[in-house]
Amino acid sequence: MGLFILRRLGMMLLTALCLTFIVFFLTNLYPNLEKLAKSEGNFRMSDEAVYSWLDDRGYTDPMPVKYGRWLGVVPGWETLKEDGTLLRQCRDAGLPEEERATFCGILQGNWGYSLSKKTEVAPLVTKHLGYTGYLMLWVMIVMVPMALLLGVLSGMREGSGLDRTLSTFSITTTATPEYVSGVIFIAIFASKAVGLRWFNGSSTSAMESANFANFTLPVLTIALYGMGYIARMTRASMAEVMTAQYIRTARLKGVSFRSIVMKHALRNALIAPFTVIMLQIPWLLNGVVIVETLFNYKGFGWLLVGAASHPDIELLLAISVVSVFVVLITQLISDIGYVFLNPRIRIS
Amino acid sequence: MEKLTWTGGLGTYLDTVFFYVAAILAIAVVARILVTLFAPAETTTVSAETALSMSYRAHDLSAKGTQWALFATLLMIVLYLALGAIMGPQGAGIIGGISQQLVPVWISLIVLFGVSIAFKGSLGLYGKLFNNTVGMIGFGIVMFWVFAGIYGALDWITTQDHLSQYSGMKNKLPGTPLRGAGEEDYAWFLLGGDNLARDIFTRIFKGAWLVIQIAPLATLFAFLAGITLGLPAGYYGGRIDTILSFLANLILAFPVILLFYLLVTPEIKQAGIPAVMGLVLFIFPIIFTCILLNSRYRTQPSLRTPLLIVVLSLMVWGYLSLNTEGGCLILPASGQEGCRLIGLPSWLDILNPDPQILLVFVSVVFVNAPTVFRIVRGLAMDIKTRDYVAAARTRGEGPWYIMLWEILPNARGPLIVDFCLRIGYTTILLGTLGFFGLGLSSESPDWGTTINAGRKLLSLYPHAALAPAISLLTLVLGLNLLADGLREESLKD
Repeated sequence: MGLFILRRLGMMLLTALCLTFIVFFLTNLYPNLEKLAKSEGNFRMSDEAVYSWLDDRGYTDPMPVKYGRWLGVVPGWETLKEDGTLLRQCRDAGLPEEERATFCGILQGNWGYSLSKKTEVAPLVTKHLGYTGYLMLWVMIVMVPMALLLGVLSGMREGSGLDRTLSTFSITTTATPEYVSGVIFIAIFASKAVGLRWFNGSSTSAMESANFANFTLPVLTIALYGMGYIARMTRASMAEVMTAQYIRTARLKGVSFRSIVMKHALRNALIAPFTVIMLQIPWLLNGVVIVETLFNYKGFGWLLVGAASHPDIELLLAISVVSVFVVLITQLISDIGYVFLNPRIRIS
Repeated sequence: MEKLTWTGGLGTYLDTVFFYVAAILAIAVVARILVTLFAPAETTTVSAETALSMSYRAHDLSAKGTQWALFATLLMIVLYLALGAIMGPQGAGIIGGISQQLVPVWISLIVLFGVSIAFKGSLGLYGKLFNNTVGMIGFGIVMFWVFAGIYGALDWITTQDHLSQYSGMKNKLPGTPLRGAGEEDYAWFLLGGDNLARDIFTRIFKGAWLVIQIAPLATLFAFLAGITLGLPAGYYGGRIDTILSFLANLILAFPVILLFYLLVTPEIKQAGIPAVMGLVLFIFPIIFTCILLNSRYRTQPSLRTPLLIVVLSLMVWGYLSLNTEGGCLILPASGQEGCRLIGLPSWLDILNPDPQILLVFVSVVFVNAPTVFRIVRGLAMDIKTRDYVAAARTRGEGPWYIMLWEILPNARGPLIVDFCLRIGYTTILLGTLGFFGLGLSSESPDWGTTINAGRKLLSLYPHAALAPAISLLTLVLGLNLLADGLREESLKD
């Protein structure tokens, strides 16, 4: 088991390095850098001026060197300009020139400076990640019990009327992406045209104080899309368990249906959905971006959209590191959890 | 011209009836759920005769009731549409107007279903679909959008021009008469006007054409790439499997939206990355066909060689012509002359897709292919242990023959089902791209872009965003139901 986790961690690290390199590569392509130079320097810079601006800041060096600098394994760039000013990557106002660090990448804890938000990246990401974490917490609280209930109810008697109705419902939710359900919810519950106005169409105020009116719609929108898939997986798993030999034995012994479902079937039927729920988290990340844009909730997804459309290279890199790690860690947890939950699987 | 109501004169008779039928359906469904939940099931009450018959009666009654109520509701909907198609907007309001515009679609659907049901015995899996209610409903919805998209593109069912702005029609509600309509013009905006005073009804069907063009084709390309790579990975295993799986997991670990934001920007296009991706992804169909034919006709060189030459030259021509833009396969960097990779001359370049759409297409294929790869790999790993594969090996067949002519046909069931689901997912992805304003121009009538444009005024004029949202929802729902029906029918074998 220890070796398995170690191997997975190694794989995870390799994947993370590859992915961040891809993001790094795509964001550091010359047209992107040109746009960066023009927006930082002067919009009417000539091509030569753009090049020298970039050259002074180490942007024209080979891609692996730049990536190494960002990681913190290659010394940061230094340029002594003709007028005697020294430009350095590792600027630190508090320290004299000689004592400043040579390496300043993410390994040294330096996540860089966000050009669009004009602040340090690390606290910025942490702050907005907190907002999203709160949103996700409520999504999970709503989504997981509902999905499991739906799945267990429809899976316990496959093909019954209840199953048909609930399955139709879960198919409908999987067919409704967040930007569709969100629009429909806002139109029905928050628009002047329909006039119900139970909830707010914007969740900006939910960042300070989330309440029923401003937080219901975003939570519901994300939860609904994720719910259908988990419910269908739970249903399949439940239906499979209900045909197992030991369930038939329990039935023949005269155990009541309720206690068969609650005591015998449920525990085994919930192993598979656990994996699905964990693997659903990266998917929710997509939903978060859409919902945060739609409801103007300034969380992680909102930050992503802002960083990507600016392009704010260092912020975007930090965001992709976080989201890649979310994906990889949930995969790891789901693998490990599966082994713990299902005693039939042993990893040698 | 007066403003239209939803059901017009027809509504005075039908609306009340419809309301009651719908209410009965809702009650019946709730009753059915309660009965299944609380009444003891058939199998558990074997001892008590009376309890048995009672619970049977309750189940039977609720099942019959739901069925009849559903039937009545569907009948009412058909009645609205049929009478609407006859009476038109003046007699039957907005629904009538829409139904009348859609007459070509209705006729096509009726013909298609008639022919299919008549010959369903001899049509294989497709014919079996018509034994399955869910599958049939799904297929009906999907084909509705397919026909609507095609006829929308042919301007048979659209009422106005989808790009023109009509004065005084900004944000107007559904059914508003067109101001200053001439003799030639259609007199209403059936689903209202958007924030740029364009006709929403027309834009929906123009958008449907974009979706039904891109989504199935992108899914097909993703499948060809996934199959071409997934079969050897699953069949051979070993190092090739490790490397390909690692790459697939790499792409899958990316949040889709981040990937789109990185790929579908003008700067990346300038750098030539999408062109390279297109060159790589579009080559898979050629490889696939080439191997497919070669492995089949390897033993008959007199047939194989001319066949391969013809097919391959046609496909390579299509490939080059698809990827050539302005005489280049990869365009030069901004401010430079010449090509980075020279393409076909313009007189050979017959396929000229909109570069924006091509960019969207490439990124959607790129996102979908790894998932298909994983599915195909899993299926191949499972099927390669079967006896018929061993038999083919003993017969001396080559590995590619076994993969493409033994394993692939036997994996078709799950693949067809996943194909349907994946078209739906691709539709959602296209909508996501439009929603974030990536790739397609803001003028584009596709549903995602229209939702994005409409959401800014959502709390005041929700109709502009609701119409495309509901269209997308029904199409994806139809595809999901179709996949469900196909799965049930293919499992019956």
